[in-house]
Amino acid sequence: MARRSTPLLRRLLSPSPSPSPSPSNPLAAAAVSRRTVTYMPRPGDGAPRAITLIPGDGIGPLVTGAVRQVMEAMHAPVYFETYEVRGDMPTVPAEVIESIRRNKVCLKGGLATPVGGGVSSLNVQLRKELDLYASLVNCFNLPGLPTRHDNVDIVVIRENTEGEYSGLEHEVVPGVVESLKVITKFCSERIAKYAFEYAYLNNRKKVTAVHKANIMKLADGLFLESCREVATKYPGIQYNEIIVDNCCMQLVAKPEQFDVMVTPNLYGNLVANTAAGIAGGTGVMPGGNVGQDHAVFEQGASAGNVGNDKVVAQKKANPVALLLSSAMMLRHLQFPSFADRLETAVKRVIAEGKYRTKDLGGSSTTQEVTDAVIAHLD
Amino acid sequence: MALRRLLQGSVLPRMMGRGAAAPFSTASGETVRATLFPGDGIGPEIAESVKQVFNVAGVPIEWEEHYVGTEVDPRTESFLTWESLESVRRNKVGLKGPMATPIGKGHRSLNLTLRKELGLYANVRPCNSLPGYKTRYDDVNLVTIRENTEGEYSGLEHQVVRGVVESLKIITRQASLRVAEYAFHYAKANGRERVSAIHKANIMRKTDGLFLKCCREVAEKYPEIAYEEVIIDNCCMTLVKNPGLFDVLVMPNLYGDIISDLCAGLIGGLGLTPSCNIGEGGICLAEAVHGSAPDIAGKNLANPTALLLSAVMMLRHLQFNNQADRIHNAILQTISEGKFRTADLGGKASTSDFTKAVCDYI
Repeated sequence: MARRSTPLLRRLLSPSPSPSPSPSNPLAAAAVSRRTVTYMPRPGDGAPRAITLIPGDGIGPLVTGAVRQVMEAMHAPVYFETYEVRGDMPTVPAEVIESIRRNKVCLKGGLATPVGGGVSSLNVQLRKELDLYASLVNCFNLPGLPTRHDNVDIVVIRENTEGEYSGLEHEVVPGVVESLKVITKFCSERIAKYAFEYAYLNNRKKVTAVHKANIMKLADGLFLESCREVATKYPGIQYNEIIVDNCCMQLVAKPEQFDVMVTPNLYGNLVANTAAGIAGGTGVMPGGNVGQDHAVFEQGASAGNVGNDKVVAQKKANPVALLLSSAMMLRHLQFPSFADRLETAVKRVIAEGKYRTKDLGGSSTTQEVTDAVIAHLD
Repeated sequence: MALRRLLQGSVLPRMMGRGAAAPFSTASGETVRATLFPGDGIGPEIAESVKQVFNVAGVPIEWEEHYVGTEVDPRTESFLTWESLESVRRNKVGLKGPMATPIGKGHRSLNLTLRKELGLYANVRPCNSLPGYKTRYDDVNLVTIRENTEGEYSGLEHQVVRGVVESLKIITRQASLRVAEYAFHYAKANGRERVSAIHKANIMRKTDGLFLKCCREVAEKYPEIAYEEVIIDNCCMTLVKNPGLFDVLVMPNLYGDIISDLCAGLIGGLGLTPSCNIGEGGICLAEAVHGSAPDIAGKNLANPTALLLSAVMMLRHLQFNNQADRIHNAILQTISEGKFRTADLGGKASTSDFTKAVCDYI
């Protein structure tokens, strides 16, 4: 009996080549998600970590609530310090910044920015205050979620502090307005370094710089120069450059050619949202902002991170993006098995297809998806 | 009547670019003179296609051909001569093939020259899924209208100190009003229902805020056309998920550049996308936005679709709607039938085969 079952057990326990666990065989699925060589923690690593939580506006409270529920269900070693911040406040309250500086990690929902006047964006303020200079969005096809494009696995790394978002505008004479786009060698260099370091640490093969240096010769030219300099220090990683309009066209035609993309601020916004759109939508793509000392995790791409009134009223926001971002956060905090469990559960729910919110073609509520994820946790 | 229209076109700047009031007499029998820039590379072959198709369709156009020179003309500071530009100014309508950008100093780029000298302020690209040519998107039916003179492409940059560069983005009320006027006028003249202004005014509050204000002002004058404002990141995402939701898009320069190329990608690339530039004085310069493809030049392999569709846009501007519709339908039928497709669409037909097929359908 033992002899006959050994080959069966060996097959089940060896890592399967396909990344998607089959929901019909829970044992095989569990075996796939388990890593072969164990993670050895230091004594005391299991002590609960404090995380600043900013529910935000619109669908924010719904989706951060989902994350809380799942974290509790997993008994993850994290606890949340919640702060109410609304998009129409003049600045981010000092106590919130204090809390993030102390905890070093924050999870947030979207903050609505009033259009065309009044308050400056709190999202941007937070990034500048904490010097979160790299924004990372991971866009990839989720198994079981059909999209028009396959083989998408793109990470967009976007400079987060300067460029077009410097906020330096003024009216020259009535009817003529100028906005300054500032590019510095310092910021361009550090984002390029982050992008290449990320590629190196994550076994990525190619970094593409996105620019418009044929028109903005000095500004984007400086950005490109910095990227080229850093590229020479990573000879094992392929480097190329692409103009932003061609880039968007290639993204909709042949997205498989892109791997890691590094961009200045504005183009990064467009490219990240386009890449998120082709891979399944901004409701499912995880992302975060990271600086030297702090990290803030939120829904990857910025479109729709606050949602609209109807979605809020019906409670049908998609929590997948924030759940996957919180998995990123758990990995960042060095809790790999919790991260794996969360990611696997979310992927199973998506692959199964029974509980999907409206943006993925279904009609479930946030709570139903959350409950399904909890049910699928190992 | 024709004379009054002519005067209207040139005296009232705000009436310019209104295709419906274009200063052309469409009385039968009168030929219209149009400037043709065949361009470089595959340009001359595809221009030949256009001429052939127009002949078969009986379009009363007389072409004035102009070529890019080999020497810099000091009057224009570029390889385009003063005579070429005067020709477009006089005829008010033109068709341009792909032009290779000459490298070097001491002259302006060709596109910049055309834009500045002719005051081309709006770039219009209708993007429609071609029936029969399968791409990942089937229901694309939108028009992008891009402000073409200012914004981020003003070219005003300088180094503040070593390692710090500033680039100016300029938005003016005048240019924003002008492009918004054209967008709404185009929507009305072409039976479009909705105009969406694309912006990032939550971050760039004064510049894109001014652009939006101008769009709103113009929107009030066209109550029958729905108007909405969409933030650029939302727009990008929706375009790749559900492009059928958009109708007419009006945008400042940079966003327009990126979005119009994105939309071209949705329908199959720049080889199939028509484009038209509107200038001061009611000038309409239709152009093919793809490259000059020097590697297949002269081999009868090029795809003339982009230039043909741009020429159709030019005809509609001239109000030769009958011929425009017939040629347009012929092109769509040829592509949808699939028997004569050039190499870039996955077929084996030559330029002349494709052209003949189109002519047969007219």
